[in-house]
Amino acid sequence: MTALSHEITQTSRAAGIPFILKRAFFNALVALVLFSLMVGVRTEAGPDGQLTYWPRFVELASLVGIVFGGSVVIELLRQWIGPSGAERLVPPALHSGLSFLGRYLAPALLIFTLLVPVIFYDQRYILDLAILVLTYVMLGWGLNVVVGLAGLLDLGYVAFYAVGAYSYALLATNFGWSFWICLPLAGILAAFWGVLLGFPVLRLRGDYLAIVTLAFGEIIRLVLINWQSLTGGPNGVPGIPRPTLFGIPLTNTDDGLAALLGIEFSPTHRIVFLFYLILALALLTNWVTIRLRRLPIGRAWEALREDEVACRALGINTTTTKLTAFATGAMFGGFAGAFFATRQGFISPESFTFQESALVLAIVVLGGMGSQLGVALAALTMIGGFELFRGLETYRMLVFGWAMVLIMIWRPRGLIGHRAPTVYLKKSQAISSDLVKEGHG
Amino acid sequence: MDYFAQQLINGLVLGSIYGLIAIGYTMVYGIVGMINFAHGDIFMIGGFIALISFLILVSFGLTAVPLILLVVLLVSMVITALYGWTIERIAYRPLRHSFRLAPMLSAIGMSFVLTNYSQVAQGARVKPIPPVITGGYTLHEGAEGFAVQLSNMQIIVVLATIVLLTLFTWLVSRTRLGRDMRACEQDQTMAALLGVDVDRTISMTFVIGAGLAAVAGMMYLLYYGQVDFNMGFVAGIKAFTAAVLGGIGSLPGAVLGGLAIGLIETFWSAYFSVEYKDVAAFSILIIVLIFMPTGLLGRPEVEKV
Repeated sequence: MTALSHEITQTSRAAGIPFILKRAFFNALVALVLFSLMVGVRTEAGPDGQLTYWPRFVELASLVGIVFGGSVVIELLRQWIGPSGAERLVPPALHSGLSFLGRYLAPALLIFTLLVPVIFYDQRYILDLAILVLTYVMLGWGLNVVVGLAGLLDLGYVAFYAVGAYSYALLATNFGWSFWICLPLAGILAAFWGVLLGFPVLRLRGDYLAIVTLAFGEIIRLVLINWQSLTGGPNGVPGIPRPTLFGIPLTNTDDGLAALLGIEFSPTHRIVFLFYLILALALLTNWVTIRLRRLPIGRAWEALREDEVACRALGINTTTTKLTAFATGAMFGGFAGAFFATRQGFISPESFTFQESALVLAIVVLGGMGSQLGVALAALTMIGGFELFRGLETYRMLVFGWAMVLIMIWRPRGLIGHRAPTVYLKKSQAISSDLVKEGHG
Repeated sequence: MDYFAQQLINGLVLGSIYGLIAIGYTMVYGIVGMINFAHGDIFMIGGFIALISFLILVSFGLTAVPLILLVVLLVSMVITALYGWTIERIAYRPLRHSFRLAPMLSAIGMSFVLTNYSQVAQGARVKPIPPVITGGYTLHEGAEGFAVQLSNMQIIVVLATIVLLTLFTWLVSRTRLGRDMRACEQDQTMAALLGVDVDRTISMTFVIGAGLAAVAGMMYLLYYGQVDFNMGFVAGIKAFTAAVLGGIGSLPGAVLGGLAIGLIETFWSAYFSVEYKDVAAFSILIIVLIFMPTGLLGRPEVEKV
């Protein structure tokens, strides 16, 4: 109601340049007060430990100027496009084009991904970046089970990533177990932790669940930092063994893969191997998710996301349903963690901060919460975008934060808004009035 | 016993600061039903603005400490409140009728923005100031030479909390604005139909919450003698824990929860281990939410279809 009346006053008043200027002037004034001390004055500890300060009028003036100019542009755009609340319809031609694109985009992308090591064989940087992107695609797909399908907001996903990474690192460095034994173990351990956390807290809903998972993620990180005898504390675990191709090491030795195949050794072999390894793991995640969606448990997840109370009324055990979603997501997080450990060869608690959780969550949300293709594209955009902003290291989180806010405002359903339930009634059925008459249920 | 008494005092002071931040969480959650994730960073911004305005006033040659503190308090409350207002306007208001996770995610983004903004604007290093309010009382001289100290600063923090809590309880229960807030908390559409300006009321809630966070930030600066850009995250989660522990939506509950968290954290550090004090605070959050989701003074939430 209020939103509507607000909209009307806005559009009816939104004519004329004086209004725009008044608005921009007001915004600039607010900006001036906001930035006056935080930007206009810079403090720094002097050589004797005393704080000194100096004014920065130029920065302050330019920021206020940017706000003024930006407000004018936004107001003009708003008038030009029309009221912001209006839904713009997609023209049918474009729509069919999009669906055509949607049908062939995924296979084309998959084929391209398979060929990446062939095309970019000599470019180590691109291969490393591709591995990084695929790691986040896998994490995104894993978290997608929890957030996108079951609708449970998990802010501590990085905890399971950490459990997987540390499981592999500690088992491999202490007992010398191979990657292929540790990988399933890492997944199982992460799933176990998922159940352990999930069992008590999954009665909570929405925001409370989010904050508890956040607290859990922080607890895991703090324990990793402080339990020095086991995890090495802030120094991390160094010297994690590299993965082998089912026992054949990818090294420049006589029993290495290159020697066995009779080809010349190159360090790129290992990178290519890692690339296909994470691709296989990510595709496994994707395949399992797609299959699970067609099983009763997957249907239950989606039903849970749509309406929890209705779910319970229909006799779905919400605790079990949530737990399986949590455990499945955690397991994939654990796999990704083990891969991360073997790729890096060194892990420390610094890799498992809340920022990582937020980044993976942003990928899932940007990808449209539930769309597998959307998550993959979002991971590519996010990680690629991060690489583009690498030069602006200090401003990276600033840009990331604004991106999260703006995406929520403009496309709260993500870039590929796909949240339709997998099954729904094809046609509405007419119910005879005899059946719904009072007293007959 | 003396050691215990000293920790009790320290815990109450820390708890008062948490309580002041927690009021902002509890008021916003009560009305809009969202966790204002950026609130901890608002507290951090408040601390920074207090620091900067303090430096400027001192360099102008002002020496009267009460006058300086009063001006610093007003400046940081006003500017921080404006931050709260702007953030609500930009990041939360457009999402009020969006799906339920959207405001939360937007708030997380805003929290990153604020943290990084103050890092870029003021540098990453810790900013120390010399102690402003010194002196205090020795309450009890122990046999082993351990004395229980109560500093003037600690008295001020606790007094400020009590005064502000009384003031805002009065504001919510007796004034027009408070009545509007409670109306919006119950039913926004109905309140709007009865002539309550919902947008303005929600804005005012954010403004008041941010103002109180600024007070907490200033107290933190004076009590610990330093601020840094990263202090908002952990303080924010602990204050949220306090709000939940006290029963979300309840003002006295928030302060009570803050005191409880402050005491638990202090005693945990004093008798067990300093390293795991945050783990203790977060574990309490989890335990409270599992066994007592309505908190100490909260009302049970009714599930509706």
